Amino acid sequence: MTTGGQGKVKVRLATTSLAGCFGCHMSFLDIDERLFELAELAEFDRSPLTDIKHCGPCDIALIEGGVCNTDNVHVVRELRANAKILVAVGACAINGGLPALRNRLPVDDILTRVYRDPNTGEPCVPNSPELPLPLDMVYPVNEIVRVDYSLPGCPPSGDAVWKFLTDLILGRMPRLEYSLLNYD
Amino acid sequence: MLNLETAQSPHMLRRVVIEPVSRVEGHGKVTILLDEENRVHQVRLHIVEFRGFEVFIEGRPYWEVPVTVQRLCGICPVSHHIAAAKAMDLVAGYGPLTPTAEKLRRLLHYGQIVQSHALHFFYLASPDLLFGFDSEVDRRNVVGVAATFPDLAKRGVTMRKWGQEVIRHIVGKRIHGTGCIPGGMNKALSVEERDALRRDVDQIVAWSRESVALVVRLCETGPKFYRNFGESRANMMGLVDASGASDYYHGGLRAIDADGETIFDQVDYTTYQQVFQEETKPWSYMKFPHIKALGAEKGWYRVGPLARVQVCDHLSTPLAEDERRKFLALGGGKPQHGALLTHWARMIEMLNAAEMARDLLNDSEIVGTDLMADKGPPRGEGVGVIEAPRGTLFHHYRVGDNDLVTYCNLIVSTTNNNQAMNEAIRSVAARFLSGREITEGLLNHIEVAIRAYDPCLSCATHALGQMPLEVDLIDADGALVSRGRKG
Repeated sequence: MTTGGQGKVKVRLATTSLAGCFGCHMSFLDIDERLFELAELAEFDRSPLTDIKHCGPCDIALIEGGVCNTDNVHVVRELRANAKILVAVGACAINGGLPALRNRLPVDDILTRVYRDPNTGEPCVPNSPELPLPLDMVYPVNEIVRVDYSLPGCPPSGDAVWKFLTDLILGRMPRLEYSLLNYD
Repeated sequence: MLNLETAQSPHMLRRVVIEPVSRVEGHGKVTILLDEENRVHQVRLHIVEFRGFEVFIEGRPYWEVPVTVQRLCGICPVSHHIAAAKAMDLVAGYGPLTPTAEKLRRLLHYGQIVQSHALHFFYLASPDLLFGFDSEVDRRNVVGVAATFPDLAKRGVTMRKWGQEVIRHIVGKRIHGTGCIPGGMNKALSVEERDALRRDVDQIVAWSRESVALVVRLCETGPKFYRNFGESRANMMGLVDASGASDYYHGGLRAIDADGETIFDQVDYTTYQQVFQEETKPWSYMKFPHIKALGAEKGWYRVGPLARVQVCDHLSTPLAEDERRKFLALGGGKPQHGALLTHWARMIEMLNAAEMARDLLNDSEIVGTDLMADKGPPRGEGVGVIEAPRGTLFHHYRVGDNDLVTYCNLIVSTTNNNQAMNEAIRSVAARFLSGREITEGLLNHIEVAIRAYDPCLSCATHALGQMPLEVDLIDADGALVSRGRKG
């Protein structure tokens, strides 16, 4: 926790989107005007909604998406190393979700089918060292690092995100009533 | 201009990297190669993720596709939902949609345009424009905007919320709902739902209008800067209806060159594979499409708001068309190519979408219950194209006799903008970075140009176009000897 501008203690919150669709971040924003209330309780660390590119010590890290390449592994480890509480948010982070449909196919086959020279038909898979290598499969976050909480849904609704986060920040055991739990 | 795509001798140069590009959707990074005097030699926007969606969608039943493919993108799931449904209307053999079904899909789409454009401007892009490109990092986000301009932030949140509520009432959830099915819609809009949306729509139209005025005021703070920043002279493309009005749901393809001359018009989008070709470059997982007839060098193009407001002859609603005319006056008849002007065009489109949504909510057919078209024999193949918030979106499927998908090809909006975004950041790098000491604020200039395109990099990483390969063997007299086809 850090001391905010008016001497208030604020929780530091990091978020990231790995192999997801950004829908969980959109659902996070579906808390609508409660975002301003949240800003009284918490401040952002690394997040695609801010320009902070790397994580510092923080209280809560929300992870959207599964782990599909070497970059994702580094990011999820960075967040685990810095965050006291790490939360897998949404179907992809919890079990790989829709992107994990590729797991039934060898990654080489997918790459060589997608990338072909339009003139010769030969495979031409992007291979620059600037590109992180895809993993053989899409993994749930908990196969890479320890996860403290899982918030299910595709995506969990804005109301579910709000209830969960405010419970956590205000020191209550997070509890979601049945209507907020979705496994779609 | 110097070609900044590939440096002559990269091993001699210093590498600066922006990673990850922030306040955009998905995963991208920028690399810049500089010599000892900090002169820029190479600038590239890399899309760093690969998902292969089109390959693993094969073997899935056609009717689940509009629901699965919307997981390409959480910002504009509605775009993929509608484009896939349009393709599957054809695949399954349905005739024209009922008036109510088409109006519901259009209302859904216009609601999404309001929420997506509001999200982009107020949550993602506005901090740069309100505080300055090199303002403090900690402040450059929506919370910073709320602290300094609380009314503006609140308005942005409320506009996005209204768009999300339109979506929720039609497809059941704000994100990844189900509404469009092959042949129509699965639920009518109730009178209560219609009334709930209609209650606030005039306010949304008024605020959209004020949002255009806000961007105009921002542009007036530095008219030359706004016109030239991230400028890249590009061909432009969008869908237009028979009258030449921009149409986000359906129409013919029109493209113009950088000077505004027509390249093609009213092209039937089901023939897209004859019109476009995609190239792969080793340094990005996102492909580079171009207009085949013009070649890779000259045939790349821009899609999205800046293209659409300049490609069309008019917008279908009076307030938005009025604003479009003021925008066009800026160029005195010549197309504009500055990246920041996209914000202006985007707010004009938000107004256009809000006005069209209002008209639909006042149309008694919107609460009709005749939702399904008549069904004929299955066609086995379908192409669905729409104008997503970020630009032209192509979905193409073939389905076997067992109702399972045998082929899927998607060209998403952001892929269409790949070269245009790369050219925009090269223009910024050459003008603002070259020869200077590189600071965080200067690097943010690069990101500002990328953000102006509102790229959806998740879409682009999921969906990698696989153009079928066609090889023609032609004899010395030009006659076709044989044609090989793959894909």
